[in-house]
Amino acid sequence: MPDKLLMYFQHPFVRYAFIVGVLIALCSSLLGVVLVLKRFSYIGDGLSHVAFGAMAVAAVMKLTNEMLLILPVTVISAILLLRTGQNAKIRGDAAIAMISVGALAFGYLLMNIFPTSSNLTGDVCSTLFGSASILTLTQKEVVLCAILSVAVVLVFILFYNRIVAVTFDETFAKATGVNTQACNLLIAAVIAVIIVLAMNLVGSLLISALVIFPALSAMRIFSSFKSVTICSAFLSVICAVSGIVISILAGTPAGSTIVAADVAAFGLCSLAGLIKRGTGR
Amino acid sequence: MALLEASDLSLGYDSRYIVKGLDFSVNSGDFLCIVGENGSGKTTLMKTLLGLIKPFGGQILTGDGLKKKDIGYLPQHTALQKDFPASVREIVLSGCQGRFAFRPFYGKAEKQLAFENMRRMGIEELKDSCYSKLSGGQQQRILLARALCAAEKLLLLDEPVSGLDPKVTAQMYELIRDLNKEGLTIIMISHDINAAVRYASHILHMGVTCFFGTREEYLKSDTGKLFLMLKRGGEACA
Repeated sequence: MPDKLLMYFQHPFVRYAFIVGVLIALCSSLLGVVLVLKRFSYIGDGLSHVAFGAMAVAAVMKLTNEMLLILPVTVISAILLLRTGQNAKIRGDAAIAMISVGALAFGYLLMNIFPTSSNLTGDVCSTLFGSASILTLTQKEVVLCAILSVAVVLVFILFYNRIVAVTFDETFAKATGVNTQACNLLIAAVIAVIIVLAMNLVGSLLISALVIFPALSAMRIFSSFKSVTICSAFLSVICAVSGIVISILAGTPAGSTIVAADVAAFGLCSLAGLIKRGTGR
Repeated sequence: MALLEASDLSLGYDSRYIVKGLDFSVNSGDFLCIVGENGSGKTTLMKTLLGLIKPFGGQILTGDGLKKKDIGYLPQHTALQKDFPASVREIVLSGCQGRFAFRPFYGKAEKQLAFENMRRMGIEELKDSCYSKLSGGQQQRILLARALCAAEKLLLLDEPVSGLDPKVTAQMYELIRDLNKEGLTIIMISHDINAAVRYASHILHMGVTCFFGTREEYLKSDTGKLFLMLKRGGEACA
Protein backbone atom coordinates (compact mmCIF):
# COMPACT_ATOMS: atom_id res chain seq x y z
CA MET A 1 0.00 0.00 0.00
CA PRO A 2 2.77 2.55 0.78
CA ASP A 3 4.28 1.72 -2.62
CA LYS A 4 1.02 2.59 -4.26
CA LEU A 5 0.87 5.90 -2.40
CA LEU A 6 4.49 6.70 -3.27
CA MET A 7 3.82 5.97 -6.88
CA TYR A 8 0.86 8.31 -6.88
CA PHE A 9 2.81 11.05 -5.14
CA GLN A 10 5.33 11.05 -7.95
CA HIS A 11 2.70 12.68 -10.13
CA PRO A 12 2.64 16.44 -9.68
CA PHE A 13 -1.17 16.61 -9.89
CA VAL A 14 -1.49 14.37 -6.84
CA ARG A 15 0.96 16.54 -4.92
CA TYR A 16 -0.93 19.65 -5.96
CA ALA A 17 -4.21 18.13 -4.87
CA PHE A 18 -2.68 17.28 -1.53
CA ILE A 19 -1.29 20.78 -0.91
CA VAL A 20 -4.48 22.49 -1.96
CA GLY A 21 -6.59 20.08 0.04
CA VAL A 22 -4.73 20.72 3.27
CA LEU A 23 -4.71 24.49 2.78
CA ILE A 24 -8.41 24.67 2.04
CA ALA A 25 -9.29 22.41 4.93
CA LEU A 26 -7.32 24.66 7.26
CA CYS A 27 -8.89 27.90 6.00
CA SER A 28 -12.44 26.66 5.90
CA SER A 29 -12.31 25.33 9.44
CA LEU A 30 -11.10 28.65 10.90
CA LEU A 31 -14.25 30.60 10.27
CA GLY A 32 -16.55 27.66 10.78
CA VAL A 33 -16.84 28.40 14.49
CA VAL A 34 -17.86 31.99 13.79
CA LEU A 35 -20.42 30.95 11.20
CA VAL A 36 -22.02 28.30 13.37
CA LEU A 37 -22.34 30.76 16.25
CA LYS A 38 -23.68 33.55 14.08
CA ARG A 39 -26.34 31.13 12.87
CA PHE A 40 -24.98 31.22 9.36
CA SER A 41 -24.21 27.53 9.01
CA TYR A 42 -25.78 27.43 5.60
CA ILE A 43 -23.96 30.41 4.15
CA GLY A 44 -21.32 28.10 2.72
CA ASP A 45 -23.93 26.32 0.68
CA GLY A 46 -25.60 29.53 -0.46
CA LEU A 47 -22.38 31.23 -1.47
CA SER A 48 -21.07 28.18 -3.25
CA HIS A 49 -24.16 28.22 -5.42
CA VAL A 50 -23.52 31.87 -6.16
CA ALA A 51 -19.99 30.92 -7.13
CA PHE A 52 -21.43 28.16 -9.31
CA GLY A 53 -23.69 30.68 -11.05
CA ALA A 54 -20.77 33.03 -11.58
CA MET A 55 -18.72 30.17 -12.94
CA ALA A 56 -21.43 29.39 -15.47
CA VAL A 57 -21.50 33.01 -16.56
CA ALA A 58 -17.72 33.02 -16.86
CA ALA A 59 -17.81 29.85 -18.95
CA VAL A 60 -20.43 31.29 -21.27
CA MET A 61 -18.46 34.51 -21.63
CA LYS A 62 -15.43 32.34 -22.38
CA LEU A 63 -13.28 34.14 -19.81
CA THR A 64 -9.79 32.75 -19.64
CA ASN A 65 -9.47 33.42 -15.93
CA GLU A 66 -12.74 32.47 -14.29
CA MET A 67 -11.53 33.61 -10.87
CA LEU A 68 -11.69 37.24 -11.97
CA LEU A 69 -15.47 37.00 -12.11
CA ILE A 70 -16.22 34.38 -9.47
CA LEU A 71 -14.30 35.98 -6.61
CA PRO A 72 -15.80 39.49 -6.73
CA VAL A 73 -19.36 38.21 -7.28
CA THR A 74 -19.10 35.84 -4.32
CA VAL A 75 -17.52 38.46 -2.07
CA ILE A 76 -20.30 40.92 -2.86
CA SER A 77 -22.98 38.31 -2.16
CA ALA A 78 -21.34 37.39 1.13
CA ILE A 79 -21.24 41.00 2.21
CA LEU A 80 -24.88 41.51 1.28
CA LEU A 81 -25.94 38.38 3.15
CA LEU A 82 -24.01 39.07 6.35
CA ARG A 83 -24.78 42.76 6.40
CA THR A 84 -28.50 42.30 6.16
CA GLY A 85 -28.39 39.56 8.76
CA GLN A 86 -29.45 41.65 11.73
CA ASN A 87 -32.43 43.77 10.82
CA ALA A 88 -33.36 43.09 7.24
CA LYS A 89 -36.84 42.52 5.92
CA ILE A 90 -35.75 39.14 4.61
CA ARG A 91 -33.92 37.40 7.44
CA GLY A 92 -30.71 35.41 7.27
CA ASP A 93 -31.94 31.92 6.48
CA ALA A 94 -34.51 33.04 3.91
CA ALA A 95 -32.02 35.35 2.21
CA ILE A 96 -29.49 32.54 1.96
CA ALA A 97 -32.07 30.12 0.57
CA MET A 98 -33.22 32.68 -1.97
CA ILE A 99 -29.76 33.54 -3.26
CA SER A 100 -28.64 29.95 -3.22
CA VAL A 101 -31.51 28.48 -5.21
CA GLY A 102 -31.69 31.45 -7.55
CA ALA A 103 -28.02 31.34 -8.44
CA LEU A 104 -28.03 27.58 -8.88
CA ALA A 105 -30.99 27.68 -11.24
CA PHE A 106 -29.58 30.63 -13.14
CA GLY A 107 -26.22 28.94 -13.56
CA TYR A 108 -27.72 25.70 -14.80
CA LEU A 109 -30.03 27.59 -17.15
CA LEU A 110 -27.12 29.49 -18.67
CA MET A 111 -25.10 26.32 -19.10
CA ASN A 112 -28.05 24.74 -20.88
CA ILE A 113 -28.71 27.62 -23.25
CA PHE A 114 -25.05 28.11 -24.14
CA PRO A 115 -23.50 24.67 -23.78
CA THR A 116 -19.71 24.89 -23.72
CA SER A 117 -19.11 21.17 -24.10
CA SER A 118 -21.04 18.13 -25.25
CA ASN A 119 -21.15 16.51 -21.80
CA LEU A 120 -23.30 19.06 -19.95
CA THR A 121 -24.56 16.81 -17.17
CA GLY A 122 -21.01 15.68 -16.48
CA ASP A 123 -19.82 19.27 -16.30
CA VAL A 124 -22.51 20.31 -13.89
CA CYS A 125 -21.96 17.24 -11.78
CA SER A 126 -18.25 17.86 -11.46
CA THR A 127 -18.70 21.54 -10.55
CA LEU A 128 -21.25 20.63 -7.93
CA PHE A 129 -19.49 17.63 -6.45
CA GLY A 130 -15.91 18.51 -7.39
CA SER A 131 -15.31 14.95 -8.51
CA ALA A 132 -12.27 15.59 -10.63
CA SER A 133 -11.34 19.23 -10.52
CA ILE A 134 -8.91 18.87 -7.65
CA LEU A 135 -6.86 16.48 -9.77
CA THR A 136 -6.72 18.84 -12.71
CA LEU A 137 -5.17 21.81 -10.90
CA THR A 138 -2.38 23.66 -12.67
CA GLN A 139 0.70 25.01 -10.96
CA LYS A 140 -0.64 28.54 -11.31
CA GLU A 141 -3.85 27.63 -9.50
CA VAL A 142 -1.90 26.00 -6.70
CA VAL A 143 0.17 29.13 -6.23
CA LEU A 144 -2.93 31.32 -6.21
CA CYS A 145 -4.60 29.03 -3.72
CA ALA A 146 -1.51 29.08 -1.48
CA ILE A 147 -1.34 32.88 -1.53
CA LEU A 148 -5.03 33.27 -0.74
CA SER A 149 -4.82 30.69 2.05
CA VAL A 150 -1.91 32.45 3.68
CA ALA A 151 -3.83 35.72 3.42
CA VAL A 152 -6.91 34.16 5.04
CA VAL A 153 -4.92 32.69 7.92
CA LEU A 154 -3.05 35.96 8.48
CA VAL A 155 -6.23 38.04 8.49
CA PHE A 156 -7.84 35.59 10.87
CA ILE A 157 -4.94 35.70 13.34
CA LEU A 158 -4.58 39.48 13.19
CA PHE A 159 -8.27 40.09 13.75
CA TYR A 160 -8.89 37.11 15.99
CA ASN A 161 -9.74 39.12 19.11
CA ARG A 162 -12.08 41.44 17.28
CA ILE A 163 -13.81 38.54 15.56
CA VAL A 164 -14.38 36.87 18.93
CA ALA A 165 -15.79 40.08 20.44
CA VAL A 166 -18.12 40.75 17.53
CA THR A 167 -19.34 37.17 17.40
CA PHE A 168 -20.06 36.99 21.10
CA ASP A 169 -21.84 40.29 21.57
CA GLU A 170 -22.03 42.67 18.66
CA THR A 171 -23.89 45.41 20.55
CA PHE A 172 -21.35 45.54 23.34
CA ALA A 173 -18.46 45.58 20.90
CA LYS A 174 -20.05 48.43 19.01
CA ALA A 175 -20.79 50.35 22.20
CA THR A 176 -17.19 50.16 23.33
CA GLY A 177 -15.85 51.48 20.09
CA VAL A 178 -15.13 48.45 17.90
CA ASN A 179 -15.91 49.04 14.26
CA THR A 180 -18.33 46.15 13.97
CA GLN A 181 -19.41 46.95 10.45
CA ALA A 182 -15.85 46.76 9.15
CA CYS A 183 -15.41 43.57 11.11
CA ASN A 184 -18.49 41.94 9.60
CA LEU A 185 -17.38 43.04 6.17
CA LEU A 186 -14.01 41.44 6.74
CA ILE A 187 -15.59 38.19 7.91
CA ALA A 188 -17.82 38.16 4.84
CA ALA A 189 -14.93 38.76 2.46
CA VAL A 190 -12.81 36.06 4.05
CA ILE A 191 -15.68 33.57 3.91
CA ALA A 192 -16.22 34.30 0.23
CA VAL A 193 -12.55 33.75 -0.53
CA ILE A 194 -12.58 30.46 1.37
CA ILE A 195 -15.64 29.25 -0.50
CA VAL A 196 -14.26 30.06 -3.91
CA LEU A 197 -11.09 28.21 -2.92
CA ALA A 198 -12.99 25.25 -1.56
CA MET A 199 -15.04 24.85 -4.73
CA ASN A 200 -11.98 23.36 -6.36
CA LEU A 201 -11.67 20.74 -3.70
CA VAL A 202 -15.07 19.46 -2.81
CA GLY A 203 -17.35 21.25 -5.25
CA SER A 204 -20.22 23.56 -4.45
CA LEU A 205 -22.47 21.14 -2.65
CA LEU A 206 -20.06 19.87 -0.05
CA ILE A 207 -18.52 23.16 1.02
CA SER A 208 -20.90 23.57 3.93
CA ALA A 209 -19.68 20.30 5.32
CA LEU A 210 -16.08 21.45 5.17
CA VAL A 211 -16.92 24.69 6.95
CA ILE A 212 -19.30 23.36 9.58
CA PHE A 213 -18.23 19.85 10.58
CA PRO A 214 -14.81 20.56 12.14
CA ALA A 215 -16.28 23.44 14.16
CA LEU A 216 -19.20 21.39 15.42
CA SER A 217 -16.92 18.47 16.25
CA ALA A 218 -14.55 20.69 18.23
CA MET A 219 -17.45 22.29 20.09
CA ARG A 220 -18.46 18.86 21.40
CA ILE A 221 -15.19 18.60 23.31
CA PHE A 222 -13.82 22.05 24.12
CA SER A 223 -15.39 25.05 25.78
CA SER A 224 -13.13 28.01 25.11
CA PHE A 225 -13.09 29.85 21.82
CA LYS A 226 -9.37 29.44 21.32
CA SER A 227 -9.29 25.71 21.97
CA VAL A 228 -12.31 25.14 19.75
CA THR A 229 -10.70 27.06 16.89
CA ILE A 230 -7.37 25.26 17.19
CA CYS A 231 -9.03 21.87 17.52
CA SER A 232 -11.27 22.42 14.51
CA ALA A 233 -8.30 23.45 12.39
CA PHE A 234 -6.43 20.28 13.38
CA LEU A 235 -9.44 18.05 12.82
CA SER A 236 -10.11 19.57 9.44
CA VAL A 237 -6.54 19.06 8.23
CA ILE A 238 -6.43 15.50 9.55
CA CYS A 239 -9.72 14.67 7.84
CA ALA A 240 -8.58 16.24 4.58
CA VAL A 241 -5.31 14.28 4.60
CA SER A 242 -6.94 10.97 5.44
CA GLY A 243 -9.78 11.66 3.00
CA ILE A 244 -7.38 12.29 0.11
CA VAL A 245 -5.25 9.27 0.95
CA ILE A 246 -8.30 7.01 1.13
CA SER A 247 -9.70 8.42 -2.09
CA ILE A 248 -6.43 7.66 -3.86
CA LEU A 249 -6.19 4.14 -2.51
CA ALA A 250 -9.84 3.24 -2.91
CA GLY A 251 -10.45 5.25 -6.06
CA THR A 252 -13.34 7.19 -4.53
CA PRO A 253 -14.12 10.85 -5.32
CA ALA A 254 -11.92 13.13 -3.21
CA GLY A 255 -14.57 15.60 -2.08
CA SER A 256 -17.13 13.20 -0.72
CA THR A 257 -14.45 11.02 0.89
CA ILE A 258 -13.15 14.03 2.84
CA VAL A 259 -16.64 14.90 3.98
CA ALA A 260 -17.21 11.29 5.01
CA ALA A 261 -14.06 11.54 7.12
CA ASP A 262 -15.43 14.75 8.66
CA VAL A 263 -18.70 13.03 9.52
CA ALA A 264 -16.81 10.15 11.13
CA ALA A 265 -14.74 12.65 13.14
CA PHE A 266 -17.92 14.35 14.29
CA GLY A 267 -19.26 11.02 15.53
CA LEU A 268 -16.06 10.32 17.44
CA CYS A 269 -16.02 13.82 18.97
CA SER A 270 -19.65 13.58 20.05
CA LEU A 271 -18.81 10.32 21.78
CA ALA A 272 -15.74 11.84 23.42
CA GLY A 273 -17.83 14.80 24.54
CA LEU A 274 -20.41 12.52 26.11
CA ILE A 275 -17.75 10.56 27.96
CA LYS A 276 -16.05 13.77 29.12
CA ARG A 277 -19.30 15.15 30.46
CA GLY A 278 -20.13 11.81 32.05
CA THR A 279 -16.87 11.69 33.98
CA GLY A 280 -16.76 15.42 34.62
CA ARG A 281 -19.85 15.64 36.77
CA MET B 1 -19.24 70.86 33.67
CA ALA B 2 -21.34 67.72 33.97
CA LEU B 3 -20.03 64.39 32.77
CA LEU B 4 -23.05 63.96 30.56
CA GLU B 5 -25.74 66.45 29.73
CA ALA B 6 -28.81 65.84 27.62
CA SER B 7 -30.87 68.78 26.50
CA ASP B 8 -34.23 68.66 24.72
CA LEU B 9 -33.55 65.11 23.65
CA SER B 10 -36.04 63.34 21.37
CA LEU B 11 -35.73 59.60 21.01
CA GLY B 12 -37.21 56.82 18.98
CA TYR B 13 -36.52 54.23 16.34
CA ASP B 14 -37.96 53.34 12.94
CA SER B 15 -39.10 56.97 12.56
CA ARG B 16 -41.40 56.60 15.59
CA TYR B 17 -41.03 59.04 18.43
CA ILE B 18 -41.00 57.64 21.95
CA VAL B 19 -39.81 60.53 24.06
CA LYS B 20 -39.65 64.24 23.41
CA GLY B 21 -37.94 67.05 25.25
CA LEU B 22 -35.88 65.07 27.73
CA ASP B 23 -33.48 67.06 29.91
CA PHE B 24 -31.08 65.66 32.44
CA SER B 25 -27.47 65.78 33.48
CA VAL B 26 -25.11 63.39 35.19
CA ASN B 27 -22.20 64.54 37.29
CA SER B 28 -19.10 62.57 38.08
CA GLY B 29 -19.83 60.16 40.94
CA ASP B 30 -23.60 60.18 40.51
CA PHE B 31 -25.78 57.08 40.62
CA LEU B 32 -28.62 57.75 38.21
CA CYS B 33 -31.49 55.32 38.08
CA ILE B 34 -33.82 55.34 35.09
CA VAL B 35 -37.29 54.07 35.93
CA GLY B 36 -40.56 53.89 34.03
CA GLU B 37 -43.07 51.57 32.50
CA ASN B 38 -42.27 49.12 29.73
CA GLY B 39 -41.97 50.81 26.38
CA SER B 40 -41.27 54.23 27.86
CA GLY B 41 -37.93 54.34 26.04
CA LYS B 42 -35.46 53.43 28.79
CA THR B 43 -33.41 51.06 26.69
CA THR B 44 -33.66 53.38 23.69
CA LEU B 45 -32.22 56.17 25.82
CA MET B 46 -29.36 53.96 26.91
CA LYS B 47 -28.60 52.93 23.35
CA THR B 48 -28.63 56.57 22.36
CA LEU B 49 -26.21 57.44 25.16
CA LEU B 50 -23.95 54.67 23.88
CA GLY B 51 -24.09 56.04 20.37
CA LEU B 52 -25.79 52.96 18.93
CA ILE B 53 -28.85 54.97 17.86
CA LYS B 54 -28.95 58.56 16.73
CA PRO B 55 -31.30 60.89 18.62
CA PHE B 56 -34.11 62.46 16.58
CA GLY B 57 -33.52 65.84 18.12
CA GLY B 58 -31.70 67.64 20.88
CA GLN B 59 -28.18 66.83 21.91
CA ILE B 60 -26.00 64.94 24.33
CA LEU B 61 -22.97 66.82 25.54
CA THR B 62 -20.10 65.09 27.27
CA GLY B 63 -17.77 66.85 29.65
CA ASP B 64 -14.78 66.10 31.87
CA GLY B 65 -13.04 64.56 28.88
CA LEU B 66 -15.46 61.64 28.69
CA LYS B 67 -14.71 59.57 25.64
CA LYS B 68 -16.55 56.66 24.11
CA LYS B 69 -13.93 54.23 25.27
CA ASP B 70 -14.42 55.29 28.90
CA ILE B 71 -17.97 53.95 28.96
CA GLY B 72 -18.77 50.42 30.05
CA TYR B 73 -22.04 48.75 29.21
CA LEU B 74 -23.96 45.84 30.67
CA PRO B 75 -26.65 44.86 28.17
CA GLN B 76 -30.10 43.71 29.14
CA HIS B 77 -29.98 40.06 30.03
CA THR B 78 -30.66 38.24 26.81
CA ALA B 79 -30.30 34.59 26.11
CA LEU B 80 -26.85 35.01 24.67
CA GLN B 81 -26.06 32.08 22.50
CA LYS B 82 -26.41 28.98 24.60
CA ASP B 83 -23.75 26.90 22.92
CA PHE B 84 -21.15 29.64 22.70
CA PRO B 85 -17.78 28.15 23.54
CA ALA B 86 -15.95 30.87 25.42
CA SER B 87 -14.05 30.85 28.67
CA VAL B 88 -14.76 33.50 31.30
CA ARG B 89 -11.29 34.96 30.74
CA GLU B 90 -11.90 35.37 27.02
CA ILE B 91 -15.17 37.20 27.62
CA VAL B 92 -13.79 39.56 30.26
CA LEU B 93 -10.79 40.30 28.06
CA SER B 94 -13.06 41.21 25.18
CA GLY B 95 -14.12 44.24 27.23
CA CYS B 96 -10.64 45.68 26.67
CA GLN B 97 -11.32 45.69 22.94
CA GLY B 98 -11.96 49.44 22.69
CA ARG B 99 -8.60 50.20 24.25
CA PHE B 100 -6.46 49.35 21.29
CA ALA B 101 -7.02 51.15 18.06
CA PHE B 102 -4.94 49.13 15.64
CA ARG B 103 -3.09 46.67 17.82
CA PRO B 104 -4.24 43.12 17.07
CA PHE B 105 -3.50 41.41 20.39
CA TYR B 106 -4.04 41.96 24.09
CA GLY B 107 -1.01 43.22 25.95
CA LYS B 108 0.12 42.74 29.53
CA ALA B 109 -1.84 45.79 30.68
CA GLU B 110 -5.12 44.42 29.32
CA LYS B 111 -4.56 40.99 30.83
CA GLN B 112 -3.78 42.59 34.18
CA LEU B 113 -6.89 44.76 33.96
CA ALA B 114 -9.08 41.77 33.10
CA PHE B 115 -7.65 39.82 36.02
CA GLU B 116 -8.22 42.68 38.45
CA ASN B 117 -11.81 43.09 37.36
CA MET B 118 -12.42 39.37 37.69
CA ARG B 119 -11.08 39.60 41.24
CA ARG B 120 -13.23 42.62 41.94
CA MET B 121 -16.29 40.62 40.91
CA GLY B 122 -15.13 37.56 42.82
CA ILE B 123 -14.98 35.32 39.78
CA GLU B 124 -11.25 34.79 39.35
CA GLU B 125 -11.49 31.11 40.21
CA LEU B 126 -13.96 30.68 37.35
CA LYS B 127 -11.60 32.09 34.76
CA ASP B 128 -11.25 28.87 32.78
CA SER B 129 -14.87 27.80 33.05
CA CYS B 130 -17.21 27.85 30.12
CA TYR B 131 -19.45 30.92 30.22
CA SER B 132 -22.60 29.21 28.99
CA LYS B 133 -22.47 26.55 31.72
CA LEU B 134 -22.54 29.02 34.63
CA SER B 135 -25.52 30.31 36.58
CA GLY B 136 -27.38 33.53 35.79
CA GLY B 137 -25.79 35.41 38.68
CA GLN B 138 -22.30 34.31 37.71
CA GLN B 139 -22.93 35.26 34.11
CA GLN B 140 -24.03 38.75 35.16
CA ARG B 141 -20.84 39.14 37.22
CA ILE B 142 -18.79 38.11 34.21
CA LEU B 143 -20.54 40.62 31.97
CA LEU B 144 -20.09 43.27 34.66
CA ALA B 145 -16.38 42.50 34.82
CA ARG B 146 -16.27 42.85 31.05
CA ALA B 147 -18.04 46.21 31.27
CA LEU B 148 -15.56 47.34 33.92
CA CYS B 149 -12.69 46.59 31.56
CA ALA B 150 -14.15 49.18 29.23
CA ALA B 151 -15.30 51.65 31.90
CA GLU B 152 -12.89 54.24 33.16
CA LYS B 153 -15.53 56.68 34.30
CA LEU B 154 -19.06 55.72 33.40
CA LEU B 155 -20.96 52.46 33.62
CA LEU B 156 -24.32 51.92 31.92
CA LEU B 157 -26.40 49.05 33.26
CA ASP B 158 -29.58 47.85 31.59
CA GLU B 159 -31.68 45.82 34.03
CA PRO B 160 -28.71 44.22 35.76
CA VAL B 161 -30.78 41.99 38.02
CA SER B 162 -33.53 40.70 35.72
CA GLY B 163 -33.90 36.97 36.03
CA LEU B 164 -31.86 36.69 39.22
CA ASP B 165 -33.18 35.34 42.52
CA PRO B 166 -33.61 37.72 45.50
CA LYS B 167 -30.38 36.78 47.23
CA VAL B 168 -28.24 37.17 44.12
CA THR B 169 -30.14 40.36 43.29
CA ALA B 170 -29.17 41.88 46.63
CA GLN B 171 -25.54 40.88 46.12
CA MET B 172 -25.57 42.40 42.66
CA TYR B 173 -26.92 45.71 43.99
CA GLU B 174 -24.29 45.80 46.74
CA LEU B 175 -21.63 45.17 44.13
CA ILE B 176 -22.90 48.06 42.02
CA ARG B 177 -23.09 50.35 45.03
CA ASP B 178 -19.51 49.52 45.96
CA LEU B 179 -18.41 50.40 42.43
CA ASN B 180 -20.21 53.72 42.76
CA LYS B 181 -18.47 54.37 46.08
CA GLU B 182 -15.15 53.68 44.40
CA GLY B 183 -15.88 56.68 42.19
CA LEU B 184 -17.49 55.19 39.13
CA THR B 185 -20.47 57.09 37.75
CA ILE B 186 -23.40 54.78 37.20
CA ILE B 187 -26.51 54.99 35.05
CA MET B 188 -28.83 52.06 35.66
CA ILE B 189 -32.17 51.08 34.20
CA SER B 190 -34.33 49.30 36.70
CA HIS B 191 -37.81 47.92 37.02
CA ASP B 192 -37.27 47.66 40.72
CA ILE B 193 -38.42 51.01 42.10
CA ASN B 194 -37.55 50.03 45.67
CA ALA B 195 -33.96 49.39 44.76
CA ALA B 196 -33.92 52.58 42.72
CA VAL B 197 -34.94 54.80 45.63
CA ARG B 198 -32.62 52.92 47.97
CA TYR B 199 -29.41 53.10 45.95
CA ALA B 200 -29.71 55.97 43.47
CA SER B 201 -28.60 59.53 44.05
CA HIS B 202 -30.66 60.78 41.11
CA ILE B 203 -33.76 59.47 39.40
CA LEU B 204 -34.93 59.88 35.85
CA HIS B 205 -38.53 58.84 35.46
CA MET B 206 -39.66 58.21 31.90
CA GLY B 207 -43.29 58.01 30.89
CA VAL B 208 -46.18 60.28 30.09
CA THR B 209 -44.65 62.84 32.39
CA CYS B 210 -40.91 62.81 32.70
CA PHE B 211 -39.14 63.67 35.89
CA PHE B 212 -35.51 64.27 36.64
CA GLY B 213 -34.03 65.18 39.99
CA THR B 214 -32.37 63.87 43.08
CA ARG B 215 -33.83 60.95 44.96
CA GLU B 216 -35.25 63.24 47.67
CA GLU B 217 -36.94 65.44 45.10
CA TYR B 218 -38.38 62.39 43.40
CA LEU B 219 -39.87 61.04 46.61
CA LYS B 220 -41.61 64.37 47.17
CA SER B 221 -42.81 64.78 43.59
CA ASP B 222 -46.24 63.77 42.37
CA THR B 223 -44.79 61.51 39.67
CA GLY B 224 -42.68 59.72 42.23
CA LYS B 225 -45.44 59.35 44.80
CA LEU B 226 -47.86 57.98 42.23
CA PHE B 227 -45.39 55.58 40.70
CA LEU B 228 -44.22 54.30 44.07
CA MET B 229 -47.78 53.82 45.20
CA LEU B 230 -48.72 51.96 42.03
CA LYS B 231 -45.65 49.74 42.13
CA ARG B 232 -45.80 48.98 45.82
CA GLY B 233 -49.54 48.55 45.69
CA GLY B 234 -49.11 46.15 42.78
CA GLU B 235 -46.52 44.17 44.62
CA ALA B 236 -48.62 44.03 47.74
CA CYS B 237 -51.55 42.62 45.76
CA ALA B 238 -49.30 40.08 44.05
